[in-house]
Amino acid sequence: MATMTLIKAINDAMRVEMERDENVVVLGEDVGVNGGVFRATEGLYQTFGEKRSFDTPLAESGIIGASIGLATMGFKPVAEIQFAGFIYECMDQISTQAARLSFRSGGRFNVPLTIRIPYGGGVKTPEMHSDSLEALFLHSPGVKVVVPSNPYDAKGLLISAIRDEDPVMFYEPMKLYRSVKGEVPEEAYTVPIGKANVVQEGSDVTLIAYGAMVPMAQKAAEKAEKERGVKAEVIDLRTISPLDLETIIGSVEKTGRAVVIHEAAQTGGVGAEIVARINEEAILSLEAPVQRVTGFDTPYPPSAIEDEWLPTPERICAGIYKTLDF
Amino acid sequence: MNYWNFYLIKLKRGVSVVPKTMELKQGTEMFQILNENGEINDGQQAPDLSDDELKDMYAWMLKIRTFDGRAIKLNRQGRLGFYAPMAGQEACQIASMAALKKSDWLFPSYRDMGTAMYHGFPVEQVFLYSRGQINGMKVPEDVNMFPPQIIIAGHVPHCAGAGWAYRLRDEDKVAISFFGDGATSEGDFHEGLNFAAVYDANSIFFCQNNQYAISVPLSKQMRSETIAQKAIAYGIHGIQVDGNDALAVYQATKEAADRARKGEGPTLIEAVTYRFGPHTMAGDDPGRYRTKEEEQEWTNKDPLVRFRKYLESKGLWNDEEEERVKEEILNEMNEAIKKVEKMPKGTVEELIDDTYTNIPPILQKQKEEYVRWKEEK
Repeated sequence: MATMTLIKAINDAMRVEMERDENVVVLGEDVGVNGGVFRATEGLYQTFGEKRSFDTPLAESGIIGASIGLATMGFKPVAEIQFAGFIYECMDQISTQAARLSFRSGGRFNVPLTIRIPYGGGVKTPEMHSDSLEALFLHSPGVKVVVPSNPYDAKGLLISAIRDEDPVMFYEPMKLYRSVKGEVPEEAYTVPIGKANVVQEGSDVTLIAYGAMVPMAQKAAEKAEKERGVKAEVIDLRTISPLDLETIIGSVEKTGRAVVIHEAAQTGGVGAEIVARINEEAILSLEAPVQRVTGFDTPYPPSAIEDEWLPTPERICAGIYKTLDF
Repeated sequence: MNYWNFYLIKLKRGVSVVPKTMELKQGTEMFQILNENGEINDGQQAPDLSDDELKDMYAWMLKIRTFDGRAIKLNRQGRLGFYAPMAGQEACQIASMAALKKSDWLFPSYRDMGTAMYHGFPVEQVFLYSRGQINGMKVPEDVNMFPPQIIIAGHVPHCAGAGWAYRLRDEDKVAISFFGDGATSEGDFHEGLNFAAVYDANSIFFCQNNQYAISVPLSKQMRSETIAQKAIAYGIHGIQVDGNDALAVYQATKEAADRARKGEGPTLIEAVTYRFGPHTMAGDDPGRYRTKEEEQEWTNKDPLVRFRKYLESKGLWNDEEEERVKEEILNEMNEAIKKVEKMPKGTVEELIDDTYTNIPPILQKQKEEYVRWKEEK
C-alpha cells in the first residue's frame, strides 16, 4: 500500500496497465513529454516511449476518431480530453461512432476505448473548463460512464475501464485531484464498473452522489447529524452508466427518503434519471418526494461565483430537511 | 521551394511509373491514362496488369453497373429500402480496390457498396442493410471492412487511426476510406488527414468528387481549385485523377498503397467523376439542380464504355462476355433478394444483445420485461 493523491492513483492505473498489456497506449493533447496538463500521464512517455504515449494534434474529434481506428485494430487506447467542457467537439465520435460500432456491426466490432476527462468545478478555471457533462453520455447507449471520488476507486475503476471491451468515459473530478489522499495498493486491482459503494450507512435518508459531490454529501451528512440527529446513508455511485439500481433502490427502501446531489445542471441530469428509477421501483417506500440538489439550469458560472453555484453542505442539508419535514 | 517543386524533384530522383502525378501543380491537370476513346494517352503507359486482371476489373465494373440498375428497380418495387445509386463511379470504386489486398481495411460510406462487394461484402448483406433488416452491417469475419458510414467524413479519422495502427506495428496493411466531395468540408476530414499526416499513417483517403453533395455543386463547397491540392496543406501526397479512367485510378491507388506500406505516409486521391443517378432513391430529383446538357457531357465520359473499348482493342472482351457477366450478377441478385425477403427482420431483443459486449443490468431488465410483455400479449 502507498498513500496517493487521486491524480497519482490515475497515473498508477495507466502505468500498471501499460506494463501488463503492450496494447495499452495513451494519447491526447500534451499527454506525452509534458505528462498532461494535470500531470495524469506524467512519466509514461519517459517510461514507455513515443510508441506508447502520444502528443496528438489539438483536435478532440480526431483524438477519439483515430482512437476508434486504433481500438478496432487491436490497441487499447486511453485518450484524454483535456477538459469536459471540450467534449462537444467529439460528441459524434463518441456517441455515434464509438458507442454504436458494436450495435451497428451486429457485434462484429467492439471499441475497447477509455476516454479520460477531467471535469467539474471548484478549481477556478476560465469558462468552459468546469462543466459536468456526464449526463449526455448516460443518454448515449453503447458507452459506460464512470466517476471516481477517491484514490482507491480511481485506480481500480480506471483499470476496469481500460480492460473493458466497450468504450468507457472516465470522468475525473478536478477538485479532488490533489485534495484527497488515500491508501492505494501498488499492484493492479479492479473496482467493478456498475457497482455503487455505500460509503456511510444510515437509516433516515439516502444521499446519492458521485465525484466531488461525494465528500460534499459526507460533510452534509455530518452537519445534518449535528443539527438534527439525522442518520444519513451516503451512496457513491462510482458508475453513472450503467446505474447500480440494486444499491440505490435497496437503500431507499430502507430509508424512505432520498436526495440526489450533482454539480451538473438540474434538468435532464443524472438526478432526473435516478428519481425516475426510484419512482418506478420504490415509490411505495417513499415518505417524501425525492429531492435534487444540483447546479442550476445555466451554463457553468464564472469562477468568482462558482462556490455559490455549486451544491454546498448547507444546500444539501436544506434538501435533506425538506424530505424529513414533508 | 514550394511543395510541388519539391515533389517534382523527388519524383525525378525516384523511379516513377507515372510522371503525370506531379503535373497536378495547381490541380489544373488531371492524371489520366486512358482517354475517352479508350486509348492510352501519349507519354503514358498502362499499369502492370495481366489480361485476366484487366478483364476481372472490367467485369466487376459491369457487375456494379448492372447491380445498380437492378437495385433501383427493386427499390421502386418496394423490395429494397435505402439505396444510394453508384452508377458512373464504377472506375473509382473497383479500380481502386483492385489495387489493394484482401488484408487491407476498407472504410466505405453508404454510396460505396461497389467497393464493399469487391472486398467481399455479400450481395445478401447489401440487401439486408438496404431493407433495414437485422445484421445488415454485420460484416463477415473474413472481410476487412467497417460498416458503411452515414455521418459524412465520420470515418475519415477511423481510417487515419487504423493506418496509424499498422504503422506503429510495421504491418503490411493499408486503410482506405471513401467519401465524396462534400465530405471535404467537414471538420473530421481535416482532423483525419492531419492525424494521418502527423503519424505517417498507412492510410489512403479516396475522395470521389462526383460534383455534387446532394444538390450543392462543388463551386459552393469550396474555393480551392481542386480537392487534391488540400494535400499540400497537410504535407502529404495528393493526386487528382480522372475518376472515370479505371487505369489511372488503379495506378494512383497502387502508388499510394505502395508508399503507405513502405511507411511513406498517407495519400489524398481526388477522383473526378459523376453520379449518373440521384443522391438516393428517397425522392431526390437531380433535374432540380443539374442540366440535361451536363448529364450528357458526363455520359460521354462513361467509365465502362471507355474501358471496354480499351479491352476490345486488345481483343479481351466481346458481347458474349458482357452478357455472361450481367446474367451472373442478375441471377445472384435474384437469389439474394428472394433469400433476404424470407429472412427475419430482427427483434428488439437481438438489438439489445449487440449494444454492449456484456448487457448491463438495466438493459437486461428492459429486454426481459419486453420479452415477457410480448409473450403475454
